[in-house]
Amino acid sequence: MFKILKYSFMDLMRSRWSYVYFLFYLVLGFVLFFLNSNTTKAVITLMNVIILLTPLIGTIFGVMYFYSSREFTELLLAQPLKRSTIFAGQYLGVSFSLSMSLVFGIGIPFVLYGIFTSSAIWDFTTLLFIGAFLTFIFVALSFNIALLFNDKIKGFGFSILLWLFLAVVYDGLFLLSLLIFDDYPLDKLALGATLFNPIDLSRILILLKLDISALLGYTGAVFQKFFGTPLGMMVSFALLSVWVILPVVIMLFQTRKKDF
Amino acid sequence: MKKQRFFSIVLTALLIQTISARQITVGTNREYTSISVAVSGADAGDTLFVLAGLYKEAGLVIDRPLTLLAEKGAVIDGQFHGHIIDIQSDSVVVKGFIVQNVKKSYTKDFAAIHTYKSKHFVIKNNTLRNVHFGILIEKSKYGIIRKNAVIGEAVKEASSGNGIHCWHSTHLQISENHIQQMRDGIYFEFVNDSKITGNISLNNVRYGLHFMFSNDNRYTKNRFENNGAGVAVMFSARINMLNNYFGLNWGSASYGLLLKEINDAEIIGNTFYKNTIGINADGANRIIFTGNIFDNNGWAIRFLGACYNNKIINNNFLHNALDISYKGKMNGNLFDRNYWSEYTGYDLNKDNIGDVPYRPVKLFSYIVNQTPETIILLRSLFVDIINFSEKVSPIMTPDNLKDNRPRMKPMENNDKS
Repeated sequence: MFKILKYSFMDLMRSRWSYVYFLFYLVLGFVLFFLNSNTTKAVITLMNVIILLTPLIGTIFGVMYFYSSREFTELLLAQPLKRSTIFAGQYLGVSFSLSMSLVFGIGIPFVLYGIFTSSAIWDFTTLLFIGAFLTFIFVALSFNIALLFNDKIKGFGFSILLWLFLAVVYDGLFLLSLLIFDDYPLDKLALGATLFNPIDLSRILILLKLDISALLGYTGAVFQKFFGTPLGMMVSFALLSVWVILPVVIMLFQTRKKDF
Repeated sequence: MKKQRFFSIVLTALLIQTISARQITVGTNREYTSISVAVSGADAGDTLFVLAGLYKEAGLVIDRPLTLLAEKGAVIDGQFHGHIIDIQSDSVVVKGFIVQNVKKSYTKDFAAIHTYKSKHFVIKNNTLRNVHFGILIEKSKYGIIRKNAVIGEAVKEASSGNGIHCWHSTHLQISENHIQQMRDGIYFEFVNDSKITGNISLNNVRYGLHFMFSNDNRYTKNRFENNGAGVAVMFSARINMLNNYFGLNWGSASYGLLLKEINDAEIIGNTFYKNTIGINADGANRIIFTGNIFDNNGWAIRFLGACYNNKIINNNFLHNALDISYKGKMNGNLFDRNYWSEYTGYDLNKDNIGDVPYRPVKLFSYIVNQTPETIILLRSLFVDIINFSEKVSPIMTPDNLKDNRPRMKPMENNDKS
């Protein structure tokens, strides 16, 4: 598995797109600091970008890689190798290379502008950690979609749709339900609903770290009480891990059955 | 001729008084070693000069017009027995003391300096430490409270007292005091025609300044920082709030200025910096907001119910998460010529007034005011999308709630005290 991981990883490292992705974050980081050298504010701006972009890039890149390396995969399948090894290796290769682009791309400007001496270091670490988590989640989801459809267009369509659903539509439905059930105590519902969407969960986790969390008022206090405790933190990271593990398991299960 | 005679009479009267008024020195190895004994031995108009040293006085009642001056380092220790200096006469001056150790009580308001039915008193340059209430003014008039420091250690609302507490009084002047970590910094209940100027009120558990049922007051150039909730003005009329600084009142239920059932006030030239809610207005009518700076607040102004005929003119709204929050479909307030940092319009004729009206109420802030739980979607992409669509064609927010002449550049304001 490690060999395949290494091959996939090296293959992607040589590819133009991971450089573009890396450079994008690098430029973004430097521009942010150029415009204002306040690390805390930069973290907030980055949060908006990371929460939307990492899932999108993860999804598209995952689907793209899967379809374009199909011939190589078929070659590997002809070898005496376990299917789960092949796909797990590929999955990890893609996820690691994307996460690395993210971590280095954003990390370098932050380090140069003195993140280690800043009080925002923990917010920043959480941000990168969550970015990496989102990458792993959405690459896994996109691999699932790619395995499900042999048709490239369909695969792309569905993966974009998935991103759109989790990033936008879900919040719309969430907002609507909050407005409809206005007369009931809603904080439990709100808490539950955020836990089931990795993007929302990440957004809340980062928001609560920043001092903007005071805006969340009473509802925020309920969240803070939940996420602020070690248990809440563990639950939320456990849930993010579930969001990684579950799609991966389903993917491996799919690969066993699929007729290539 | 008549005027001249009047003056000469006054002058003679003054002369007689100064001749008859004695100066009594209190201190160890002096005629008087205790302030209370000296007070009972003094006549009206005498001056007591208290030398440095520790005086253990419990319930020092001043029942005649006296001037109490302290040498630097004169400490009055109340030993936790109720009020320490209890002024019950007119024209009393208390100056330069360190007063400490007031009894804590859940049923009575014990204070370091207490006045009752006194006129023309002066409380100046005192330092109050470890007190329940700092200065307690009851049914008094024409008092001056100046340059005192009240340093408390309040943690909970129920077990702490206020820094300067005034009740049923008129014509007070409270200036340049420093109040820290009490329950309310300054508290007014049924106090009229008074001025609060240049005070600093920090780290108080509840409010920096609190008005209840107090009319015709004016507070200027004060600094309220890091209090439980800035300043609360409740059930009062005609309050002028000028050139104050409300900062860092940051917490889930915190605000810079709370207006509750306030009419005809003026809020001019104040700075609101980094408060969760800059101004929280509930039942505020006919208020003029001009020349204020709202910088980096969560909400700049949050209107709850029943706020009509307010004029919000010539203010700067800089980088607030939400500028204005509003409830209801009808707007009776005027927004005009403000600067909004989020304004994206253009100015073709270069008259520094934007050509497109600005709508300060975003759909999201409107929704949050209706259903507070929805705040959890703050900074979600969906929220940005609906905000944009509402901006293009308003459906939910009141149609006339807009600034028709938004400024292109922030207003110049030289007075940033």
